[in-house]
Amino acid sequence: MRFDSALGLESRRGPLAVAARFVVYGLMVVAFTGPLVGLLVSAFSKTLDPTSFTLWPDEFTLENFVQAGEKNVYLYLLNSFVVVGFGLLLQMLVSVFAAYALARKKFRGMTVVMLFMLATMMLPEEIIAIPLSLVLADLPVLHLNLIGTYAGMILPVGAWGFSILVMTEFMKEVPVELEEAARIDGAGELRIFATIIVPLCRPALGVIGVFGFTMIWDQYLLPLIVATESTMWTLPIALRSLRSDEEVGIGVLLAASLLALLPSIIAFLAFQRQFMRGLTSGAVKG
Amino acid sequence: MTSTVTRAGAATAPPRRRAHRVRWRGPLVAWLFLAPALLLFLYFKFIPMFVGLWKSLFKVRTFLGDEWVGLDNYRTIITDDVFAAAIWHSVVLALGTTIGSLVLGLGLALLIEGPARYLWFVRTAAFLPVVTTMAAVAEVWRIMFHPADNGMLNVIIGWAGVDPQPWLASEHSSLWSIMLMSVWRGTPYDMMIFLAGLVGVDRTLYEAAAVDGASTWRRLRHITLPALRPVFWILFTLAAIRGLRVFVEVYVLTNGGPNNSSEVLMTLIYKLGFQKNELGVASAGGIVLFLATLVLTVIVQLMRRRQAA
Repeated sequence: MRFDSALGLESRRGPLAVAARFVVYGLMVVAFTGPLVGLLVSAFSKTLDPTSFTLWPDEFTLENFVQAGEKNVYLYLLNSFVVVGFGLLLQMLVSVFAAYALARKKFRGMTVVMLFMLATMMLPEEIIAIPLSLVLADLPVLHLNLIGTYAGMILPVGAWGFSILVMTEFMKEVPVELEEAARIDGAGELRIFATIIVPLCRPALGVIGVFGFTMIWDQYLLPLIVATESTMWTLPIALRSLRSDEEVGIGVLLAASLLALLPSIIAFLAFQRQFMRGLTSGAVKG
Repeated sequence: MTSTVTRAGAATAPPRRRAHRVRWRGPLVAWLFLAPALLLFLYFKFIPMFVGLWKSLFKVRTFLGDEWVGLDNYRTIITDDVFAAAIWHSVVLALGTTIGSLVLGLGLALLIEGPARYLWFVRTAAFLPVVTTMAAVAEVWRIMFHPADNGMLNVIIGWAGVDPQPWLASEHSSLWSIMLMSVWRGTPYDMMIFLAGLVGVDRTLYEAAAVDGASTWRRLRHITLPALRPVFWILFTLAAIRGLRVFVEVYVLTNGGPNNSSEVLMTLIYKLGFQKNELGVASAGGIVLFLATLVLTVIVQLMRRRQAA
């Protein structure tokens, strides 16, 4: 007898067992993707019950997306992309720099720095939301007011413990011989970093890129605090006002929701491998 | 934005040549590379944490200056009924979501464990809720929760002959409805981690057990579950912490209503801080939430040690 799994399901053959298996898998797929498929279909449907949505489109239309434009939805989408674009760029830069120091250098205070990074992962941003708003309104020492600026939405997502840790773990694997050889050839610190370490870390960059993307795209409290003008809203926080807008139907709300969902779904589907790898490595270590 | 890019760039200023004689060169380079991360953490994590701790001891007034009130803000929280209810709701929601997602996640992981190709498709499809944007997902569920007969969930439970439910509209079911959506979103994540854990289980043990005539249940009980124990503890801690800080779900679905029946700590803190401008009390609420998270983590770790010993 052979077992590839704990339940040994795969060893049971026969039409009934196979059918039962596919019913279970089918139900699972429907349960977890159903609401999302419903959203997709409804966003393109013409006649919508204002209180419900549909899995069977009666008439295909782009009307909802046209109307969404009149309600500034594409501006909110653009804001989201600006924040996520610069935020992710910053986050990846910061993570690669920090990981280089943590993985390839030995220095006093390293364990303390590691501990602090871990501590930030245990400290949920929701808890510091209120004081963060006070700090953003008047940065200590610099005395800048970041409330109502894009920088206020971008800078706080720049450093993320998860990205740094994943990157650090990955960089530790780069053979030290490569670095030594380059050093003997007279390469400087920056050169080793930029031409040897970073290119070798491309797979890890994929991981932190896709995680960072979904994390920043999903930000809610931060833009809620920072975006004082409605023209600065990101798409997720704009949804609430669309809902309470008497003039817009549910179709526009659904079209906007779909636009808010799609980028992270696309990112996930495109980088599935990296995503799953990062997920398990992050969970087991952190 | 531009200011940080230059700051990040400045941190990597090329170290001086011939500096290899200098002892502190290595550490200096390390600290320079770390500087951007440390600065951002300092400004947007640690300083806010201390500001929160500090302000929680004051009655914060924007133009009049802060007034020292000591532990009064904390007293307000502990004695206030709405706060006590919110803390209770947070705990119920966190525990319910955590346990629901764990049990379902483990069950589904066992069902879709295996090397077959189509299982990869099932896994990917099932994982979608995890990566999707909370605010948009909650909007979708809010519509599905519509309390009339034609609300999607009521139609579905109607097929099973169950009467229409008020879902979010009733004080008695609002919290449970939010929990339902959270379990829907949390299960695939737990499932994926369990799947990763299951890969590490030694297959020969299964075969040995089969030779000894052990039943499926005994195989699970004595081989699979012990192997998954570390994964289980990690997931429990992470999920419970995530559950305590829940905000977006509640804010979008019910905003704490009806009649405060689904008010959680974070929505209450948000309202106090940004709508009623009670920044001192709100800060104290944040500290209470932090302490709850800390206590929970410590308890879980202690239980884990005791079980391991």
